[in-house]
Amino acid sequence: MTTIEEKVYEIVCEHMGRTRDSLTHDHSFTNDLGADSLDTVEIVMQFENAFNIQIPDEDAEAIQTVGKAIQYITSKTS
Amino acid sequence: MTDSNRRVVITGVGALTPLGVGAPLLFDSLLKGKTGFRNIERWDTTEYATKFAAEVRGCVYQPDDHYTTREQKRMDPFAQVGLVAAREAWLDSGLEKDVIDSTRSGAILGTGIGGIQSVLDQKAVLDKGGPRRVTPFFISNTMANSLSANVAIEFGLQGACFLTSSACASSGHAIGMAFREIRTGRADVMVTGGSETTTNALCLAGFNSLKALSTRNDDIQRSSRPFDRDRDGFVMGEGAGVLVLESLEHAQARGAKIYAEIAGFGQTDDAGHITAPDATAQRPAAALKAAMNDAGINDDEVGYINAHGTSTMMNDMIETLAIKVALGEGNAKKVAISSSKSMLGHLVGAAAAVEGIACAYTLANGVAHQTQNLDNPDVENGCDLDYIPNEPREGDFKTALSTSLGFGGHNVCIAFRKFEG
Repeated sequence: MTTIEEKVYEIVCEHMGRTRDSLTHDHSFTNDLGADSLDTVEIVMQFENAFNIQIPDEDAEAIQTVGKAIQYITSKTS
Repeated sequence: MTDSNRRVVITGVGALTPLGVGAPLLFDSLLKGKTGFRNIERWDTTEYATKFAAEVRGCVYQPDDHYTTREQKRMDPFAQVGLVAAREAWLDSGLEKDVIDSTRSGAILGTGIGGIQSVLDQKAVLDKGGPRRVTPFFISNTMANSLSANVAIEFGLQGACFLTSSACASSGHAIGMAFREIRTGRADVMVTGGSETTTNALCLAGFNSLKALSTRNDDIQRSSRPFDRDRDGFVMGEGAGVLVLESLEHAQARGAKIYAEIAGFGQTDDAGHITAPDATAQRPAAALKAAMNDAGINDDEVGYINAHGTSTMMNDMIETLAIKVALGEGNAKKVAISSSKSMLGHLVGAAAAVEGIACAYTLANGVAHQTQNLDNPDVENGCDLDYIPNEPREGDFKTALSTSLGFGGHNVCIAFRKFEG
């Protein structure tokens, strides 16, 4: 697992109160984890903080799963 | 049409105060004369005239014991503390979310200021990281009504739901409005009370500038001394108290235990000065009288008064005068009076709720807690009533009044009756 993957999992687990082994790349923040619109904004902000990047609103809307987040952040930081 | 004469009873209580978590612990600690005063350690008090407070954060309240990380981010500490007390009161009442008629149930709670910790924290975030770093939870955490809204969400209360804010009288107004919802037939179940967590570096500085706080830093356990000639101000407190109210009919139909009856509500305003109380005590006296009339309690029938009793020079004098004006001098001298703030400090928007719980326990258990630290009553300034000094008082109290006098000139009184069927 890459450093980015580890950090993304850590942020999502911490905020949504999940354990690492209960999460997969396919989990949707809203449909599977019960995040509401405020949670998703908060999680995206934490990605911005952790990886020192800016995620425009139109990009943020497409980040709907753990895997999508990892993919997006990897592309922005490589 | 609504029935305007329904009886209203208390069926659940919950408290998170500087004395600990739980309403039974609260009342037991008050009877034992325990105080909640501690030296402040959450920030450097070197420059402060007052270096102590009656906190819950950093001592009796640990957020991780009650909430997940996500929940902590979604509620300011004042709402977190309030919801802890509400959960206790709800559990105590035995009511269940899926059983009640949610549309005839509501939540009216009070706070003096609201989510000020979120303001302080997020202002620091804004200054350091700019606007894009401010949390999406900032607005919904800061808004004062987040307290009543979170309580309504927790228990599915879909009737009247709003927040009352009248400084030190906030939760008195909340209890009064919740009482009226049930009495007038608009609701069967109401969750009411208040919460406040204003013990922070900014608010303490502000209260110090107002010269409202005790500065007895060398003897903090004896700092709050209502009605004593050596009093020098109140002790900044924080915490929450919540009561579940029901119509008597609703409570009896499900065989609920009943602590006491709420029988009357009175409210007036000085319309004089924004912080100083009216020296004639006419308007606070009128609030007492209004609550007594509402409850059908005669001047010679008041058994116990849980006074606002802040331990400031002005409050204790004027409140004493108000009791004399309302009841007449002769009756006033026969009433047992005490101040919870002598041990709890001043819980501001939660004060009336916690003190209302003390009244309910007093009537249910036949014992009133004392006014701690009352060594020399301030007789020179008219404080010559029976303030239950330093030892609890047993007695078959049939009625109780709880008074609250808030900045803004707000005067509130709640009248309680012992429940005897």
